[in-house]
Amino acid sequence: MAKLRQIAFYGKGGIGKSTTSQNTLAALVELGQRILIVGCDPKADSTRLILNSKAQNTVLSLAAAAGTVEDLDVEDVLKVGFRGIKCVESGGPEPGVGCAGRGVITSINFLEENGAYEDLDYVSYDVLGDVVCGGFAMPIRENKAQEIYIVMSGEMMALYAANNISRGILKYAQSGTVRLGGLICNERKTDREYDLAEALAKRLGCKLIHFVPRDNIVQHAELRRQTVIQYAPESKQADEYRQLAKKIHENGGKGVIPTPITMDELEQMLLDFGLMKTEEQQLAELQAKEAARAVA
Amino acid sequence: MGLEYKNDGEFHSRLITEVLEAYSDKSKKNRQKHLTTATLNAEATPGAASSPATECDVKSNIKSLPGVMTIRGCAYAGSKGVVWGPVKDLVHISHGPVGCGQYSWSQRRNYYNGTTGIDAFGTMQMTSDFQEKDIVFGGDKKLDKLIDEIGELFPLANGITIQSECPIGLIGDDIEAVAKRKAKETGKPIIPVRCEGFRGVSQSLGHHIANDSIRDWVFDKRPVEHESTPYDVNIIGDYNIGGDAWASRVVLEEMGLRVVASWSGDATLAEIERAPKAKLNLIHCYRSMNYVCRHMEEKYGLPWLEYNFFGPTQIEASLRKIAASFDDRIKEGAERVIAKYRPLVDQIIARYRPRLQGKRVMLYLGGLRPRHVITAYEDLGMQIVGTGYEFGHGDDYQRTGHYVKEGTLIYDDLTAYELEKFVERVRPDLVGSGIKEKYAIQKMGIPFRQMHSWDYSGPYHGYDGFSIFARDMDLAINNPVWGLFSAPWKHETT
Repeated sequence: MAKLRQIAFYGKGGIGKSTTSQNTLAALVELGQRILIVGCDPKADSTRLILNSKAQNTVLSLAAAAGTVEDLDVEDVLKVGFRGIKCVESGGPEPGVGCAGRGVITSINFLEENGAYEDLDYVSYDVLGDVVCGGFAMPIRENKAQEIYIVMSGEMMALYAANNISRGILKYAQSGTVRLGGLICNERKTDREYDLAEALAKRLGCKLIHFVPRDNIVQHAELRRQTVIQYAPESKQADEYRQLAKKIHENGGKGVIPTPITMDELEQMLLDFGLMKTEEQQLAELQAKEAARAVA
Repeated sequence: MGLEYKNDGEFHSRLITEVLEAYSDKSKKNRQKHLTTATLNAEATPGAASSPATECDVKSNIKSLPGVMTIRGCAYAGSKGVVWGPVKDLVHISHGPVGCGQYSWSQRRNYYNGTTGIDAFGTMQMTSDFQEKDIVFGGDKKLDKLIDEIGELFPLANGITIQSECPIGLIGDDIEAVAKRKAKETGKPIIPVRCEGFRGVSQSLGHHIANDSIRDWVFDKRPVEHESTPYDVNIIGDYNIGGDAWASRVVLEEMGLRVVASWSGDATLAEIERAPKAKLNLIHCYRSMNYVCRHMEEKYGLPWLEYNFFGPTQIEASLRKIAASFDDRIKEGAERVIAKYRPLVDQIIARYRPRLQGKRVMLYLGGLRPRHVITAYEDLGMQIVGTGYEFGHGDDYQRTGHYVKEGTLIYDDLTAYELEKFVERVRPDLVGSGIKEKYAIQKMGIPFRQMHSWDYSGPYHGYDGFSIFARDMDLAINNPVWGLFSAPWKHETT
């Protein structure tokens, strides 16, 4: 049996991490891989497309009902979805109370200690928005995910987030084995999006693994609580995800230690791409407008 | 006032240099600022309250060095263990995991009247016993339930305080919202205290936070019925350890004052609520209660006065100082009390002074004691060679100048190493500190008294306390065990 590969998907909130990761993993299962998805978002929606329903029994909700996490069995929380993909949702508190980060730590420890990781080729973590505290960094700590895939787009905040997550990876890469697998650009149809994604990947010292074009079919599938692979296996978009899955599969062990850039450098990059204007440029434009109006 | 003597300041200065040698340059530089010897204040006007006889300023109230053993406690200890815990008719919840509550169980021997478990709860321990799920999902629901359970178990409790342990602040539980809601439901005050242990550098911030919670959650919250007299005073900052506040109260009452509140030794919530109606706040432990006294002064115009009830010299001076704020009736009362107890004092001194004369003492304590107990020792002919505070501030060291003699070794937030070295080289006849220091120092062959808990004895305040204090110091120093310290086979046979 090949060594267990642990990967994780990070990225700005709302960028399409869960959608991308589930579609990719559904494609990966076609390559004969045995997969476990660990959802690390308190909203517990990281496995919805695989299970074709929202997971009901999360690790933490069951633990809270039973008293402690020690009272649980793995079978209670492990669900099997599309083509045998195993799914676990960590769950967590309602927004604004308690400590969701501690919940992630509790869940992952529980899964590891209770043999949920046996007989698998892949464990995939789906983590919420940003690495806000130690708990959400759990999957990138030592002996957890070896490769992190950052889902991003050409939007400025997504670029910021990608750079920020790289900083988190860098911190743990120095003390452990986690590496940046690469960027996955989820097209938003912003200006020069592909170039920008390529450029950021270059600055971070990693690869742009795949550029996933925008296609409304993803939305159609999602409304039916399905991946594109399941909903429209013959579609062009399904092939895109298959390509992405193949690239990730072949990327094993090829992760890098990222070289995150400063905020200034990032802004300079956007300036270089002409996506952001300097104050001088803005001023010049205003003056040109004024002049034009004066002439008229 | 009292005994005249001088300490060997030069030796103490050399000693400081010697002790600092063990540190790296950075630590040495840091610790040096916390150690000094008292120097004569050239401009001192004898007897003037504003002008101390010596200067003993050191850097204080900053973070302890990482890696050293410090005696300090945490903010939770300052609030639950010191200020709030002794309030007997409230149930104090140690809110968080079980350890903090377990290790602070029974309080600090703050004596109280009442029936424990019925109308008094001082030595009982309530905790919300946080588990993993309370951290993840928040503990507010559990707190809500716990308050209900306390209501059922202890219907005569007059309210509840919520003493926050570290996780409450980390996970951001909204204990204030729970407190407000439950107070409305139960009709009893519920006081949330944000004394998470990680706040501040020592227990000192916990005192401050607890003081502020009295201001914000107790004062002016309910109508207070109180028939005033011109002689109403509050005892503030006496925690009734071994009965201290009781021994103080009798003296004050004998001189004609009416003690309407005792904070927080043997205190009730009602005493806290009515305190602003008194005429004068008498502060014993300035460090832990000055904040709320300043507030009462600002808001209610209630003046405050520091006093010292350790040993006859200070008691007499304090009685006269207190009496000066009142009419002749009280002034005469003070003189009457002083005269009444003089024969008792003479008797104690006649008995113990010959046994204790010239004995040298080192102190390392918290709160007010590093200075307040000094004159009591001197009344017995003993000398203070070194003193210091665990968590004192600049104003404490300034006040210390009124007490210590020139050349006295002064130390702030001592490390275990420094304390041990100082004791070893000074070899005093008695060390007064806490339980953690007791056995290490006794093993060095040096008599020791715990001066936080009075070593399970007390009271030490007031005239009653002085006789016990003198007896205890004699027992410690003149215990025959110290003559048996070296192994018999090492004795020369005679």
